[in-house]
Amino acid sequence: MTTLELLVTAAVHPVPGIRSLTLAAPDGRDLPGFVPGSHLVIECGGRSNAYSLTSDGTAPTSYTVSVLEVPDGSGGSRWVHRELRVGEVVTARLPRSLFPPVARAAKHLLVAGGIGVTPIVSHLRAARTWRRETEVHYVFREGRGAHVDDVLALTDGAAELHTDRAEFCARLEKALADQPLGTHLYVCGPAAMIDHVLDTARGLGWPESRLHCERFGLDALDPGDPFDVTLTATGTTVRVPSGTSLLEALETSGVDVPNLCRQGVCGECRIPVAAGTPLHRDLFLTEEEKAAGDALMACVSRSAGPSLEVPL
Amino acid sequence: MTALASSAAELIAGFPFPFPEDRYRYSTNVEPAGRSVSTPAGQWGAAVVDIDGEYAAELAERADILRRDPTRAEVLPHMQPAAWDAAMTLMRELATAYPSTMTLERLGDARWRWTNGLLGLTQEFVYGDGGTLPEEPLRWIAGQVQEDVVLLDQRDQLYGDAGVVTFAADWSFGFDVGMSFLEIHGPVPRVREEGVITRAHEFLKRLQPHQPYRRTNWTLTIGRRLDVSTELYPEWGPDREMIQRVDDATFGRLVHLRVEVQHLVRLPDSGAIMFLIRTYMLPLELLATVESWRRRAAEVLAELPADMADYKGIIKYRDRAASWLRAAGGEAP
Ligand SMILES: Cc1cc2nc3c(=O)[nH]c(=O)nc-3n(C[C@H](O)[C@H](O)[C@H](O)COP(=O)(O)OP(=O)(O)OC[C@H]3O[C@@H](n4cnc5c(N)ncnc54)[C@H](O)[C@@H]3O)c2cc1C
Ligand code: HEM
Ligand code: FES
Repeated sequence: MTTLELLVTAAVHPVPGIRSLTLAAPDGRDLPGFVPGSHLVIECGGRSNAYSLTSDGTAPTSYTVSVLEVPDGSGGSRWVHRELRVGEVVTARLPRSLFPPVARAAKHLLVAGGIGVTPIVSHLRAARTWRRETEVHYVFREGRGAHVDDVLALTDGAAELHTDRAEFCARLEKALADQPLGTHLYVCGPAAMIDHVLDTARGLGWPESRLHCERFGLDALDPGDPFDVTLTATGTTVRVPSGTSLLEALETSGVDVPNLCRQGVCGECRIPVAAGTPLHRDLFLTEEEKAAGDALMACVSRSAGPSLEVPL
Repeated sequence: MTALASSAAELIAGFPFPFPEDRYRYSTNVEPAGRSVSTPAGQWGAAVVDIDGEYAAELAERADILRRDPTRAEVLPHMQPAAWDAAMTLMRELATAYPSTMTLERLGDARWRWTNGLLGLTQEFVYGDGGTLPEEPLRWIAGQVQEDVVLLDQRDQLYGDAGVVTFAADWSFGFDVGMSFLEIHGPVPRVREEGVITRAHEFLKRLQPHQPYRRTNWTLTIGRRLDVSTELYPEWGPDREMIQRVDDATFGRLVHLRVEVQHLVRLPDSGAIMFLIRTYMLPLELLATVESWRRRAAEVLAELPADMADYKGIIKYRDRAASWLRAAGGEAP
């Protein structure tokens, strides 16, 4: 089970431009738990978009996400805002954790900008359960702050809210200069803001190991470009669409390739390459083997060009 | 040494024979968990936690070891959430695998009721509230599964910062606690040059919740002795000399193929890695009753490179084990 069918049980517009969805299993069962800072990848009318979970991840019965409408984007967020209705079912992958809290941190300094508050909210929920010390700075445009009530409630009103950029920057610099040893910094928001916060921290001598950020703009999951693979043993050509692995495409066309992990680690699915340039994305082959270009791991790697030839 | 509660037939039927080929080398041999594997004698691997006829005996032995040597269990302070997460995850796994005897009911927000019918135990608790369990959560749940448990915290690397390990095969949890995954594997030969451990480390760092993986590891152990920890070396170390002098019948009865089924689980709440080690042992005399196992185990033991045999502590008797197995099938030794 790596995908979930989720029923939209509620949808609200807490502030202009943001739609918050509540999702549950259609049969009301418990949902898979998630580590604070995790996101769901949801199929949004033909696009697969990541949305941070803002609910409590411990033994959840529902999930919530908040989606900012990006009007000139490729349409996923617009679909969530304009097309998706309460009572409909969406397909999502299991929650993924890439922005977790650090268990040994003496204190958690959480900095959020705009819609970047979403993963911070789930961090705050866990911090409350485990009585972690936190300090929160949240900057947003006046009247557009999502989850302001949650952030205030979860910090007993201690979160510092900022709607003026210059004031935020000045306050941030002071805050970064004045933290107990062992504090970890977590920042999520627009790319420019993340860069500014991290640069300021580095300038003040923060070590990299204490800095954590999540970028919404980066493509976390790369489905890859489509390509053709020619099987020289039979002379047939198989199309590998974007989002389908070479391994899956070979299996579908009746070619069995031994495999175990399907994650580019175990080395089982290595296949030779007769022509074309592999796009290596695995952890198995050494740098030299990758450079040689005469083999690839079919479960994760693809073609750098429009076609590959394999002696299968 | 554990007194056996199961029949020979039960032990053979559930035995996870570990050799897919006639030659064994270290590899990052991980595969998705939960798939049942059929063997010529039965099957294994359907569940992440496995209860067999040795349940009561092994739990009693674990409790006894922990009473005598508390350093077999440790939960560093920052691992408290992970310990709760492990307890909860193991209860869920037990309830899923053994629904007729194990149940986990939600009573309210964070309140739960756990029933372990095999132990006649009912426990209500509040998740995260230490006062609601009779013991520290990891120790408490380790008293209900046959698996050893290590919890790894992920910082720049993975660190073994908590665990309950009573059945270690020639290592010491008390010594390793707090060490990084790479340091823990420092003594293993070959794996650095071959990248096995660095690859495993990268894999574990990326492992996501709800997608458990597993692997097997193996060695030979003399006598049905689960606790061959470094701490007890003076007790079992001399057996490696003794075994060279016993007659063939005794050899086949005492020498066991010891297999660990290890599960790798990203805990869904704390984000820690849970490493489960479930130990199975089968004496050569029973192993030899399954022809394909007898033949293959003999090949693997005979061919195993000396540095690996030395590391596993079997260099002095693995040749005899191979000949014993060959002779048991009427082959030339
Ligand atoms: C790990 C992760 C977590 C995320 N969590 C959330 C979340 O909780 N809520 C949310 O609304 N979005 C979140 N996003 C962004 C989301 O996945 C989509 O990128 C966004 O909804 C725009 O999608 P689109 O299909 O409309 O347009 P796209 O074509 O995907 O986006 C158009 C462009 O806008 C950029 N962009 C993405 N997000 C923003 C933004 N917030 N402001 C300005 N530009 C942006 C993209 O990089 C792209 O260049 C997250 C992204 C990642 C990788
Ligand atoms: C995919 C994951 C892993 C791989 C591939 C791996 C591989 C290995 C190998 C090849 C050995 C040598 C075994 C032998 O010859 O008997 C070993 C030993 C060991 N492994 Fe792992 N391992 C993994 C995960 C772990 C984890 C998560 C732990 C947790 C702490 C762990 C703890 C140990 C210990 C304690 C030893 C004994 C080391 C000693 O001699 O002191 N392993 N491992
Ligand atoms: S299946 Fe493991 S590397 Fe591809």
